[in-house]
Amino acid sequence: MFCTSMTGYVEALTDPSYRGQILMMTYPLIGNYGVCKEDFESDSVKVEGFVVKQLCRKPSNFRSQMTVDELLKAYNVPGIEGVDTRMLTRKIRIYGSMKAAIGFDMDREKLIRMAKEQPSIVDLDLVDKVCVKNPKRIDVKGKYEVVLIDCGVKASIVRQLLKRSINVTLVPYNYPAEKILDMNPDGVFISNGPGDPARVKETIDTIQKLMGKLPMAGICLGHQLIALAFGAKTFKLKFGHHGSNQPTKDLETGRVFISSQNHNFSVDEKTLPKGLEVTQINLNDLTVEGLRHKELPIITVQYHPEAGPGPHDTYFFFDRFVNLLREY
Amino acid sequence: MPKRNDIRKIMVIGSGPIVIGQAAEFDYSGSQACKALREEGYQVILVNSNPATIMTDPEMADIIYIEPLEANIIARIIERERPDALLPTLGGQTALNLAIQLDEMGILEKYGVELIGAKAEAIRKAEDRELFKQCMLKIGLDVPRSKSVQSIEEALAFADEIGYPVVVRPAFTLGGTGGGIAYNREELKEIAGRGLRLSMIRQVLIEESVIGWKEYELEVMRDLADNVVIICSIENFDPMGIHTGDSITVAPAQTLTDYEYQQLRDAAIKIMREIGVETGGSNIQFAVNPENGKIVAIEMNPRVSRSSALASKATGFPIAKIAAKLAVGYTLDEIPNDITKETPASFEPTIDYVVVKIPRFAFEKFPGVDTCLGTQMKSVGEVMAIGRTFEEALQKALRSLEIGRFGLGCDGKDKKPSREEIIQKLRFPSHDRIFYIRYALQNGFNVNEVYDLTKIDPWFLNKIKNILDFEEELKKLAEKYSIWDLPAEILKEAKKLGFSDKQLAYIFHCSERDVRAARKSKGVTPVYKMVDTCAAEFEAKTPYYYSTYEEENEAIPTPKKKIMILGSGPNRIGQGIEFDYCCVHAVLSLREEGYETIMVNCNPETVSTDYDTSDRLYFEPITHEDVMNIYENEKPEGVLVQFGGQTPLNIAKELEDSGAKILGTSVDSIDIAEDRKRFSKLMDELGIPQPESGVAFSIEEAKAVAARIGYPVLVRPSYVLGGRAMAIIYDEEMLERHIMEAIEVSPEKPILIDKFLEDAIEVEVDALCDGEEVFIGGIMEHIEEAGVHSGDSACVLPPISLPQKVIDTIVDYTRKIALALKVIGLINIQYAVKDGKVYILEANPRASRTVPFVSKATGIPLAKIAAKLMVGKKLRDFNLKENLRPQHISVKESVFPFIKLPGVDPVLGPEMKSTGEVMGIDYDFGLAYYKAELAAGMMLPTSGSVLISVKDRDKNKIVEVARELSRLGFKIYATEGTARVLRANGIEVEVAQKISQGRPHVIDLIINGQINLIINTPSGKRGKTEGYMIRRTAVERNIPYITTVPGAMAAVRAIKAIREGKLDVKSLKEYHLEALRSIIKVSVLNNPTFRGESNGKCERS
Repeated sequence: MFCTSMTGYVEALTDPSYRGQILMMTYPLIGNYGVCKEDFESDSVKVEGFVVKQLCRKPSNFRSQMTVDELLKAYNVPGIEGVDTRMLTRKIRIYGSMKAAIGFDMDREKLIRMAKEQPSIVDLDLVDKVCVKNPKRIDVKGKYEVVLIDCGVKASIVRQLLKRSINVTLVPYNYPAEKILDMNPDGVFISNGPGDPARVKETIDTIQKLMGKLPMAGICLGHQLIALAFGAKTFKLKFGHHGSNQPTKDLETGRVFISSQNHNFSVDEKTLPKGLEVTQINLNDLTVEGLRHKELPIITVQYHPEAGPGPHDTYFFFDRFVNLLREY
Repeated sequence: MPKRNDIRKIMVIGSGPIVIGQAAEFDYSGSQACKALREEGYQVILVNSNPATIMTDPEMADIIYIEPLEANIIARIIERERPDALLPTLGGQTALNLAIQLDEMGILEKYGVELIGAKAEAIRKAEDRELFKQCMLKIGLDVPRSKSVQSIEEALAFADEIGYPVVVRPAFTLGGTGGGIAYNREELKEIAGRGLRLSMIRQVLIEESVIGWKEYELEVMRDLADNVVIICSIENFDPMGIHTGDSITVAPAQTLTDYEYQQLRDAAIKIMREIGVETGGSNIQFAVNPENGKIVAIEMNPRVSRSSALASKATGFPIAKIAAKLAVGYTLDEIPNDITKETPASFEPTIDYVVVKIPRFAFEKFPGVDTCLGTQMKSVGEVMAIGRTFEEALQKALRSLEIGRFGLGCDGKDKKPSREEIIQKLRFPSHDRIFYIRYALQNGFNVNEVYDLTKIDPWFLNKIKNILDFEEELKKLAEKYSIWDLPAEILKEAKKLGFSDKQLAYIFHCSERDVRAARKSKGVTPVYKMVDTCAAEFEAKTPYYYSTYEEENEAIPTPKKKIMILGSGPNRIGQGIEFDYCCVHAVLSLREEGYETIMVNCNPETVSTDYDTSDRLYFEPITHEDVMNIYENEKPEGVLVQFGGQTPLNIAKELEDSGAKILGTSVDSIDIAEDRKRFSKLMDELGIPQPESGVAFSIEEAKAVAARIGYPVLVRPSYVLGGRAMAIIYDEEMLERHIMEAIEVSPEKPILIDKFLEDAIEVEVDALCDGEEVFIGGIMEHIEEAGVHSGDSACVLPPISLPQKVIDTIVDYTRKIALALKVIGLINIQYAVKDGKVYILEANPRASRTVPFVSKATGIPLAKIAAKLMVGKKLRDFNLKENLRPQHISVKESVFPFIKLPGVDPVLGPEMKSTGEVMGIDYDFGLAYYKAELAAGMMLPTSGSVLISVKDRDKNKIVEVARELSRLGFKIYATEGTARVLRANGIEVEVAQKISQGRPHVIDLIINGQINLIINTPSGKRGKTEGYMIRRTAVERNIPYITTVPGAMAAVRAIKAIREGKLDVKSLKEYHLEALRSIIKVSVLNNPTFRGESNGKCERS
């Protein structure tokens, strides 16, 4: 699949939501500012492969610690350069995201076979590969306690929560609802993550058990899981939304925000149950970007308000979450 | 929010003449805005003084005024037209300043005119340095330490406090006019003094220097609902310290991490909100410390700017059009993205290529100019190139510049500078620094050393090194391979790094033609990719392309019949917006005829490179290689080379030789016109007199030729174009000196010597020809005498002093020449008239600089008709009526960049120096001339004192001028010699002492404000003469000055007219209707069948 962000390749490479995918940047010059570990969105490179037009071998930035080449080698992730990435992007736009393989010095037919033999993204369980294995509490002596169900959370999300005086306890995606309730948190946050939401049944189940009992928010995969928990359906987009320039309209205020997005699936508006209402839409294809429950303290967004990479226009989502915590 | 219905009539102010810092980009933005507003059903009233603009075309606005952009004149137009709103954000600094003035004069309030786009308050906050600084501090942004001062003493005191160097920035000026970097107290005194004089509010900012920091710009748009988007980020290759207009710039930003970029983005949005720009586009500049990422805000333009035009062309996002729609109340999400049609404008363009802009300078035109680049802009134009790698875009941009280079060196034109020279050139940047980076890296400097000298980010330097490394590799391969057996992958790799065929020909010791043939035989041909605002995420509907060497070609030709039009490349002195105007007209005209039009150009400032001007746009260098590649991809019916000035003409022959079909006047005819011998022969055959001339291959020969034809003579080298090093020589001693100092003469480089017709009147004609008939578009009489470059001379249409017999001769000659050259399309011919005899000076079978002026003066769209003739129409199809004597008088005046170029002598001569033009229209010559002067920024005084100091040859001629001024009540000052002659003629004069005669001298008088008008004709000597001091002081103090006798005579007529008459305004339509009525009257009298027909159905004239 392709990503249209012109900056933020380090964040993208380390974003757990990209697990199971080969990432291709549409911007042709990648690696210009090198790699700074502070910009990691997780502990390692998460993509399966990396495709660029021209890789920079002599980066320039005062924060740079290594080159992209060194980074990929360090995490043993293959990359390829010199590709007509625009041609590939156009193919993906027309035919949808597709299976792919990167090979070196290999027989063409064999490579095609390798690509074809790969399982489809809807058949992969990716979440358990990228989430925490055991609960982990981060205490900032905050005012609130929140349990974050980790389906492959980005570091930026955690940072935004901590910044708002929230102590965060990360738990694995399949952590039982009862145990979460035992912790007596002020709210629950469902993170982003890779793959088809319909496969993450354990989390859907947890959400169903927690709904109405605690304020809840979800981002990206978390948003989809909450929608699924309420009985809505999700569908796979042709080639998804991957970029930092997506226009999102808030239907209540009429305001338009530029958001960072990274998702292959979307909530089908037609299948939404009565309780859920659409709060935000994507202006490019009018798909659902945000949901709210009419009675319960539940809000979700499809895009990435935490940015990393991308614009900071939608940080307010975290403030809205804090409002829910306060009001509830 | 829907559009506003409470306003109906909107006034748009253009930016006036092209000057350094304010060029064609505002015609582009103004035209877009006018189109957008009319599309929405608003009535548009447009004011601009520049006739060579698309925005002043009849289709662009409902009511068009070509009047001086001066507050009182605009006020009068407001009084007549009563607009509901004024949109001041699309006409550059000129329009913005006028809006503020009108606001302060109370005009807007008096007539209930609402400022839309930006309110006066926001403009003040952004433009007033002190207010801007306060705003930045309020929202928590850093700014360089600074202080606004109103005197030199304050400036010195503050500089002592923060330490040198300091940056001086005058408030409310354009392109950094009057600003600069001061390294010591003396420099500060000079720069701050100049800045204070030039600032509209007598204020300059003294600022801590952040020279060497990385420089970024963000193009931001905001709507009334407070939605804000960033259209484009731009990184300057040249760091802080060089005006961004003079910097090589790159889009998008290359060396910022997402974290840093988002900080800039957040800051830009905060600034937009705090300054309160309600709607539209703004440009915000930041400096970033490369050591630690610290950000400071430098400045903001609360309007569409040069960078906005660049950003529009770089991304495909039409900033000006959207800005206009936002100004009338729409929000971003209500406006569709024109490129994709299906997604809204409320997004941030993402691009999948690299854009490089390089400024174009004209220092060669200005002997004595300080070529160092600083905070005051000095470039006159720019090019943009697009590639999939930085290397490719950079080399494409360099060959687009038309400076005789075909990439980053390696074209046989490299110099071999010494180490010291390289260090100097890197440390003190000038227009050619990029080539010295090459020399440095080739001469053992490493990237770090070059960085230390230039502070250019190592990222850029390493990319340049990539080019050089590959060049070395190619040179090694050239020892083994010929171009024919070079492996295709290597060739392709070279093309991916932007190497041109010419560069490869140099490396492989073969011809460009060989490289082309070898390349094609190996299948190494370019593909074209689309500029689509979205990196291919959505399907784009607007075919806007650039070339690169990759796999997929997106520019699939259509089956329609199509014509290719070549643009005029970067604006420069001698080839400016006039030619883009002609190209755009050609495109529009052929679209009317049902052709698919393919535009090729590389100038981002222009209307021709707007995505919806032509059917298909190729943003490419205008070289033989690049044009032929497009030609072979598109296979059009033919290519038009007549409209883009000299640029397309220069490659016409090569294109034809490569198999392209040149439409219109043949390449051979073009050659006849350009080849002196062939042309001379033709004139002899036609019996048309030419000034005597000869060619000399040595000094001795030159002396002999000059003696034979008699002094004065016009001397010029044969090997340069555009009046370079041309001079009028009065005697042998002067000839010797000129040859020694200014030009080279040798068997390889002969010089041309023409008889100079002293005091002749120069006349210029623009005509159309279809090969059978000739239509004279207009005859212009130059105000200044022959010898002043036609592009610098003021001119009047119709002629005011020529007898009918002379006009008849000119008409006769014009028809003969056009038919003899078998012109299909336009021809421009220049004549000199001396003692009633008409001489031909030159003929150019192409669109000329004056075509837009003539079209505006007469209402006849010459360029449009020419394009139609070139595809087979005949003149008789257009039902044209020649009207060589319209009732209204149109005066064209030239505008000069002297104020921006310290050290340059502001005199007129055979070498063109003007950057732009204005037009003044009235029924009286004096008033029309006054308007033209006013529009050019020279407000002639109606009373006060005049200083007259003329060279000996002019002393008798100036007597009448002095007498008339004296009669009008002016006090006359004159320098000694001039005074003697005037006194002898009975004119009362006070002598102004020469500098050498002690103080108070003539310069003191000027500085003390005792002089309101200066008439000074130059002696022709170079250097810092007394005359130079007088003229330069006049320029810097903005005192009206005149440097020719005929100019002085015209000025006297203007002063008389303005004292007797009243200055009033009229729309272009009113003038043309009046002219039409007079023709109808004549027609009705002459033709009884015409009687009874009402107006509107008659023939145009």
